[in-house]
Amino acid sequence: MPTTSGETRTVAASAHDLVKVYGKDETEVRALDGVTVDLYAGEFTAVMGPSGSGKSTLMHCLAALDTPSGGEAVVGGTPLGRLKDKDLTQLRREQIGFVFQAYNLVPTLTAQENITLPLDLAGRKADPEWFDRVIDAVGLRDRLSHKPSELSGGQQQRAACARALVSKPAIVFADEPTGNLDSTSSAEVLGFLRRSVNDFGQTIVMVTHDPVAASYTDRVVFLADGRIVDELHRPDRDSILEAMARLTPKAG
Amino acid sequence: MLRLTLRNLLARKVRLAMSALAIVLGIGFLAGVLTFSNGLGSTFDGIIKGSTPDAVVRPSGTESFEQFGIGNSTTLTPEVVEELAALPEVARADGTVDGLGMHLLDQDGKLIGGHGAPTIAFNYAGTPNLLDEPSLKLVSGDWPDGPTDVVLDTGAAEKAGYAVGDEVAVIAPSGDSIDNVRKTLTLTGTAEFNGGGTAGATLLIFSTQGAQQLFLDGRDAFTSAGLTAAPGVTQAQLVEAAETVLPKTYEAIEGDTVAKESQAAVGEFLDVISTFLIAFAVIAILVGGFIIANTFNILVAQRVRELALLRAIGASAAQVRRSVLVEATAMALLGSSIGIVVGLGLARALAGLFRSVGLDINSSALELTPGTLVLAYLVGLGVTLVSAYLPARRASRIAPVAAMREEAATPGEGSLRRRGLIGGAVALLGAMLAALGLLDAPGPAAAWIGAASVLWILTAAALSAVLGHPVLVACRAVFGRLFGTTGRLAAENTLRNPRRTGATASALMIGLALVSAVGTLAASMSATTDAIVEGQFEADFLVQGANFQSFPTGIGDDMELVDGVGSLSRDQYTPALVEKQPTALMGVTPTFTEIYDLDLIAGSEQLAGRQALISRDAASEYGVWVGDSLDLAFPGEQKAEVEVVGVFESTVVVGEVTVPLDVLSEVGVKRTDSSLSINLADGADPAQVQAELEQVLDGVPIVTVQDKQEFADSLKGQINQLLYMIYGLLALAIVIAVIGIVNTLSLSVIERTREIGLLRAVGLSRSRLRRMVTLESVTISVMGAVLGMAVGLLIGVLLRQSLADDLTELSIPLSNLFIFLGISVLFGVVAAIIPAVRAARMKVLEAIATE
Repeated sequence: MPTTSGETRTVAASAHDLVKVYGKDETEVRALDGVTVDLYAGEFTAVMGPSGSGKSTLMHCLAALDTPSGGEAVVGGTPLGRLKDKDLTQLRREQIGFVFQAYNLVPTLTAQENITLPLDLAGRKADPEWFDRVIDAVGLRDRLSHKPSELSGGQQQRAACARALVSKPAIVFADEPTGNLDSTSSAEVLGFLRRSVNDFGQTIVMVTHDPVAASYTDRVVFLADGRIVDELHRPDRDSILEAMARLTPKAG
Repeated sequence: MLRLTLRNLLARKVRLAMSALAIVLGIGFLAGVLTFSNGLGSTFDGIIKGSTPDAVVRPSGTESFEQFGIGNSTTLTPEVVEELAALPEVARADGTVDGLGMHLLDQDGKLIGGHGAPTIAFNYAGTPNLLDEPSLKLVSGDWPDGPTDVVLDTGAAEKAGYAVGDEVAVIAPSGDSIDNVRKTLTLTGTAEFNGGGTAGATLLIFSTQGAQQLFLDGRDAFTSAGLTAAPGVTQAQLVEAAETVLPKTYEAIEGDTVAKESQAAVGEFLDVISTFLIAFAVIAILVGGFIIANTFNILVAQRVRELALLRAIGASAAQVRRSVLVEATAMALLGSSIGIVVGLGLARALAGLFRSVGLDINSSALELTPGTLVLAYLVGLGVTLVSAYLPARRASRIAPVAAMREEAATPGEGSLRRRGLIGGAVALLGAMLAALGLLDAPGPAAAWIGAASVLWILTAAALSAVLGHPVLVACRAVFGRLFGTTGRLAAENTLRNPRRTGATASALMIGLALVSAVGTLAASMSATTDAIVEGQFEADFLVQGANFQSFPTGIGDDMELVDGVGSLSRDQYTPALVEKQPTALMGVTPTFTEIYDLDLIAGSEQLAGRQALISRDAASEYGVWVGDSLDLAFPGEQKAEVEVVGVFESTVVVGEVTVPLDVLSEVGVKRTDSSLSINLADGADPAQVQAELEQVLDGVPIVTVQDKQEFADSLKGQINQLLYMIYGLLALAIVIAVIGIVNTLSLSVIERTREIGLLRAVGLSRSRLRRMVTLESVTISVMGAVLGMAVGLLIGVLLRQSLADDLTELSIPLSNLFIFLGISVLFGVVAAIIPAVRAARMKVLEAIATE
């Protein structure tokens, strides 16, 4: 696929004509109505759109959390459609990192145990050097032995980011990672995600409705009524707001 | 508000059903036990009232011997019966001939009955009962007429496979050789008691002539008589008139008195069964209460936000509390109703179980009485409301602002500490009670320890959150090592809410505490049996009747002739009054010193003539010593005086008072044998002699030949049979406990939907999720089992200590305890099946990501 910057970029994950239908007959809702998009490696992509535009559904389908009604989602060259639950689990464990809006940490485990949880589940050991780098990057070294209930909201989200990165996944999906945070904590988390793209070459896809959060990314994909309606590269806050304003009448 | 409550109920159908199940089982057991007890009582009442005449003429002093049954040869002449019949107050007088020791064999020569209910043999006299109805109902054929005719009860005829006209094999109580012990009679009909059924007893009904041949060697005499009052004559007048013609050895007793005596005798036995069963019903309900309380606690905790929202929009604290209690009431009513139906089924199942051990309950008597109905609902409502009250109160105290906060319903550590202090104090109180019991406080020591046990079990249940903590930590270490992260996560889950884990495990704990305590007692009992048999059983073989009934002396006579038999010693137990107190008197042959290794304290163990050997206990009871004399009295005003020649240390294998068999013969006690002890001749082969002894018994399967090991095993077999019955009943409490685990886990899984979603998202596979829930369940059950076994072992050891006089050996059933632990693990796995499958099926991935 030709790109605006002219370089050849590797596709980390892609959607081909994805359709997701909820309900039946009269109550039918087409959350995704034929979405085709490529997400590139080493890039920080934001998916934006009004409530009900299908942005979360798109992410769930790409992240192997939900199965589409039609079309195909591909992660790291693997089409997800034919995978069994066991393979999907393994894929999530090894290829994908997650940061959710809230409830990111298992309350019974310490911060460190939470961060290494995907590795522990896979029966692998964390690469100590990499672990140290990630921990230093999120600034949680002195908090590793604390339980989630002893961490602030920002610290919890940073621990979640560390967990997403520590297994060196092909792609990290972040679903409104700053939705529950104040602006200072948001800035810390987004700053960390940005640096991990810059410094580690990590691929990140983030669903958000916050233009400030989206302005940290390389590319913004806009969804409305289950379709891709717009795209911005190297966005800033103003261009995002402008694009959103153009969407509003359509979104109703 | 009420409508909302009912909506809530419907919305939580599954949870409601699970909690209601605990009530269903508890109440079902209670209703079943009560119905069964009532049926048992009315079955016997019907038989007793239906078979007692207006007045009974029987040997004087019979009621003192009632507990042993009568086995004497005092008789009434036909002339006396005729005189009785001639009295104007008497409408009819029927002579009765009855006796013990008859046995019925089936077509294959196997013994019918013989365990549990007795075999009753008597002549058919047609005496009407108290209500002027026939005592016996003929079901088919005719009443016996000739000397070799017999009528059986319908049940026995069916079991033995006999039809009217068939030849019936019976074993008579007397006979000087095996060959004339076995008789062949002709079945002329079948009958049953007028009250319905026979409660499992085997009836052998003969003609008067036939009974006289079997029991009185053909003499024309009677052992007792039944009187029917002339119209308008009261029982008292009837008895008064009869006394004028009776010899001194006989007395006349009012029918009502006889019925009361029989009811009292049976009642004692029935009360034991009822109390025993009701104790288990109470345990089941107690365990059920724990589960209901726990379920409501969790439900309230999960609904904090909803309840707080209700408070915020104006519901009063009382309204919230009421809404929870109304929910509980609906659940209690539903659960109790189903429970009562289940109970009826259970009563029938129990009746079936008892039928299989020979106690037949009239199934038409298994009906719900209003009393049972009321009690079942009262207990069901009571237990549920009491269990739901604390959660309801907590619900009503939720501040309206809690709706905005995340976790509001977790009680602080402070209250756990307070609970710890109170619990510690109560446990200490229990320890003091137990110490008092062991240190000779008044009353039975076991009662003190029993009271302490109740306190301990309740304390352990209340403190299980604290006491169980080390077990949970140990499980975390073990499971973490065995199952990695999954195992550690599972154990962590049980540690996060120790109260909930504790409350859930408590139900199982109670069950296992009882199982372990009973197991320890039973093991000690077996060990004691082994020790006694080992130390005091000197014979090579012991010959005993089924159910310890006596048997004809002909068996011993024939056995004495077997090659390789060195010496044979006979015992006969017979009821007697020793110094006016009822006792089982033991008659022995002189060879008995070769068999029993008595620990003689004073005098000699050589018995001859009118002499007696007594135990140390008997010596102190009667206040006699070597050289003193003892008064013996037997049914029918027979008396004897014997001199005490020796005193021995008390033991369970020899009777308290032992006399030569001649003493018994002299006072007219019919000679039978209660047991035979056989020693081998020098150089005889034990196996061959045993085979030959058994050969003697061919066709007379009413006794068994056992060597030392077989004897000990048969005693232990009886202990184990009782033990398994108790285990079976306790299994119900454990089933209820397992339901509790299912409930808690299901609710916990729902509560943790998002966390499970997170784990799934970061790579926990479905099978490992199921494993995690299973291990969590196993952790809970292991904790309950370990606490329960610890408490139970303590109780068992102390109870054994308090009974140390009888239970001389202490044995801890270690292998059984490991089996219990294994079973608990298995129960944990079973309990986790439903919650684990549900957790794996939940759409958790969407749940985590969307909120």
